[in-house]
Amino acid sequence: MPPDQPSPAIPAEGVPAAATQPPPGVIALFFAFAKMSLAGFGGVLYWARRAIVEQHRWLSADEFNETYALCHFLPGPNIVNLSMVFGARLKGIAGGLAAFTGLLVPPMLIMTLLAALYARYGEIDALRRILAGVSCAAVGMLGATVLRMMMPLLKRREVAGVVMLLLVFLAIGVARLPLVPVLLAAIPVSIAVTFLLQRKVSA
Amino acid sequence: MNTNANPVWTLVLTFGVMSLFAVGGANAAIPEMHRIAVEVHHWMTDKQFADLYAISQLSPGPNVLIVTLIGYVVAGVAGALAATFAMCVPTAVFAYYVSRLLARKSRSRWPAIIQRALVPLSIGLMSASILVLAQTADRLLAALFTGAVAAAAFATRLNPFWMFLAGGILGFTGVI
Repeated sequence: MPPDQPSPAIPAEGVPAAATQPPPGVIALFFAFAKMSLAGFGGVLYWARRAIVEQHRWLSADEFNETYALCHFLPGPNIVNLSMVFGARLKGIAGGLAAFTGLLVPPMLIMTLLAALYARYGEIDALRRILAGVSCAAVGMLGATVLRMMMPLLKRREVAGVVMLLLVFLAIGVARLPLVPVLLAAIPVSIAVTFLLQRKVSA
Repeated sequence: MNTNANPVWTLVLTFGVMSLFAVGGANAAIPEMHRIAVEVHHWMTDKQFADLYAISQLSPGPNVLIVTLIGYVVAGVAGALAATFAMCVPTAVFAYYVSRLLARKSRSRWPAIIQRALVPLSIGLMSASILVLAQTADRLLAALFTGAVAAAAFATRLNPFWMFLAGGILGFTGVI
């Protein structure tokens, strides 16, 4: 479905834009997250924002950004964290579980089916060539995302940030070191540097 | 190492730990997944890993579900379920508790400092993902196509579908 298609669920004009709706039940949460998870192409986040803020009005745009910012700096898949935190914010632990399972279980079943098909037909040459081409395109898309994320660092000339970025890239991408020790070293250093620089600015 | 151990437990342990260190999300954990699946355990070849990445990008759902595919290759349906939940449950529980903690005392400036400190690390990890994945396709034309897609996606808001379609056609015809 093209993203710019108007949704019939958006209320008519005259309704105040900031108004949020009463929290949904756990079943509704499960199906809402299943729907945005399967809507798909182009990342779940886009559809999550659309469903939560525009369609159902469960959060205002600011509340959504706040929740997402938290889930973005926590480790792990952001959208999975978002489902849990958002669901729990609305309906406690049961709500968190409903959103979490709604987001993960339906696409996981599809993925398991695809994995079984790949195990059976993965050696077919034409399929492998197609997948190799798609893989190149997907890596290119990731490249564009990384460039977009890098721009603010470059614009603000954050030398320390760029150095940390390069060190992690070299350690993980070139030297192929294991993730855990690299981050156990890099996270405290990066936090200390950020803290000291911030103090210098405010002093 | 005990090679007789049930591979399902290896999956649970591997992805359970990775879950808590995937700063920047699933795309940042790709090099670690590749290291473990291809280099450490030899669960699959370089090319198979790239295939699984492509399938995970083509299918609906969060990107993290590449772990479902890896889990299936290692231990069938049980492996697929184990890998998915091991990668998603620990971090979701952690997120739940942190969000409650922050709701109580939101005046602290530490969350903002930690967030700022982690951004460059997650970009570095994602850049490493690009390198690791690009090296699975060791052809010049493939690298050129990848660069062209990155430039096009950066400069325009073209739907990713068209990029995937172009990649699939170029791959099928043997150009890349």
